[in-house]
Order: sequence, then structure tokens, then C-alpha cells
Amino acid sequence: MQTFINIVLFSMLAATAISIVRTKSLFAIVMLSGVFSLLSALLLVTLDAVDVAFTEAAVGAGISTVLMLGTLALTSRTEKPSSHSNFVPFVVVLITGAALIYGTLDMPNFGDPNAPAHVHVGPDYLERSVEEIDVPNVVTSILASYRGFDTLGETAVVLLLISGLRRRREDEEADEVDDNEEQS
Amino acid sequence: MHHHLILRVVTKLLCGAIMLFAFYVQFHGDFSPGGGFQAGVIMAVAFIVYGVVFGVNQVKLVFPPWVVHKLVALGVLVYAGTGIFSMYLGYGFLDYVAFDPGHPSHGQHNGILAVELGVGITVTGVMVAVYYAFASRPPTINDEDW
Repeated sequence: MQTFINIVLFSMLAATAISIVRTKSLFAIVMLSGVFSLLSALLLVTLDAVDVAFTEAAVGAGISTVLMLGTLALTSRTEKPSSHSNFVPFVVVLITGAALIYGTLDMPNFGDPNAPAHVHVGPDYLERSVEEIDVPNVVTSILASYRGFDTLGETAVVLLLISGLRRRREDEEADEVDDNEEQS
Repeated sequence: MHHHLILRVVTKLLCGAIMLFAFYVQFHGDFSPGGGFQAGVIMAVAFIVYGVVFGVNQVKLVFPPWVVHKLVALGVLVYAGTGIFSMYLGYGFLDYVAFDPGHPSHGQHNGILAVELGVGITVTGVMVAVYYAFASRPPTINDEDW
């Protein structure tokens, strides 16, 4: 059953990706990329990574679709026809894809108990979490307690993002004022 | 979008439910999937949906940009402040045992709740601020052209 669901989801993912490449209407592309995120979220659910799936659905399918639509409102509605030949990009993509597939050959199998991720700190956290933190969702206990410094750093990064955004807006407004003064 | 009556009514109904769900994800993060980040995104979605349907100027009256920017900083302050407070109580930075030394797992619960709240506030602010930054610029495509 699991294999069947995975095959269905992956073929829908591939179909969405191919339609994104072939569609010229940017509005359709934005919507399809939302579909792509939602399908990725479903795949993550089948992998039991519910927290990641939740984030993917909320950010990937929700917020970024809205932001892409906001961007779309500032540009045109259709993709410009490409003046270059598609041959060189196709070869580049083919080589990169082959290299990535070659790279996965060395990776441990899915669910392999001897995979590096399962033998280092992971089991240690799982063992200690029940006793030390007593929170049913181990993801939360790792994120907020064992890795609290990391999460503080991530929160600071998004704060910096907004500071940059604000700085830029103030510069733009200052430029506009300068322009107006020059005109008058 | 003055002509979309159904959209407007449904949006008004949904906004409250979305916010309630955000609070559920925020404070139930210890027990179920979710936490500060996801809750912050969902809370921001409530404002973004309102802005998409009623126009960005309307949502700016409810949630002014200067409040949004202050919230972003406030969330980081709540997070870092939790760490400073645990240092003040004589433990390490972000060592939540400080909040209930007699019962360490209770202290952990309180600490996690506080830092998740900080993350939630910051993420709400960031998502809404990014949306404002995009939506406040004058559009070049008319409503009918979509």
C-alpha cells in the first residue's frame, strides 16, 4: 500500500513539474507550484515527518503562493518566448541530474537502522527526552530545548531579513523625496 | 474585489477560525505536530487572506506596519529574554530547569512554551511584513486581466 501511494504521489509530482515547464501562463505556473508543494507535503506525511509536512503545506503551498501572486501583479502575465536554443540547458540539466542520482547510490537505504542519522545523537535524544523533558512530541523537545541555541539563531535570522527589508524601503522612500524636491 | 460577495463573507467567517487554529498549533505544539513556526505562519495567513480579499490598505488599518515590525523584534526579545532570565536564576543560558528546579520536566515545559511563543510572534510579524512589502507596491495588472 505504501509503495502504491508513493508511486502515485511521485508520478503526480513529476506530472506537475512537467506541466510547470511546458506552461506559458505565469498564473497557472504559480498555482501549479502550489500544487507541487502540497504533493511534497503529502509525501512527507507518508514518511511520518508530520512536522515538516505541516511547514511545507503552510509555507510552500500557502505563503509562497501568495507572495508569487503578489510578484505576478507587478510583472506581466505570460512568459517571454526564449530566444536561445534549449540544447545547452538540457545537457546541463541532464548532467546535473545524473550526478545527483549517482550521489544517491552511496546513501543508506530508506529506514536503514545503521544509517548515520540513526546511530549518532538521534537515539540518545529519543531515550532521554521522555525522562528529561516529558513532552510527547520529540520534535518540539529537540527544537526548543536540546537545540534551543539553533532555534534562537534561526529566529534572529528572520529578524535580520525584516531589518534589511525595512532599510531598503526607507532608502526608496528617501529617494522618492529627493526626486520630488529636485522636480519642484 | 468589491463584487465578490461570497468571497468577502466567507473570508470574514474564516479569519477567526484560522486565528483559533493558529493558537491551537502554538500551544498544543508539545503534544501534536506544529509549534511556534507553523503557528506564526498560520496566524499571518489570517491577516494575508483578509488583505488579499479586502485590499492591503484595509488590513493595514487592523495591523499597522509599525506594529508588525515591533512584533518581529519582540519575539526575538521574548526568546533571548527567556535565556537571560534562566541565567539570572543561576543556571545556564536557555537552561529551562531553572524555571522549576524541584521538578525539571515542568521547568522544561514552561521554557519550551516561552521560546515557542517568541518564535510564533516573530514569524507572524515576518510573514505579514513580507506580504506588506510585496502588496504595497502599485500593481500593473488590472483585476479583470487575470
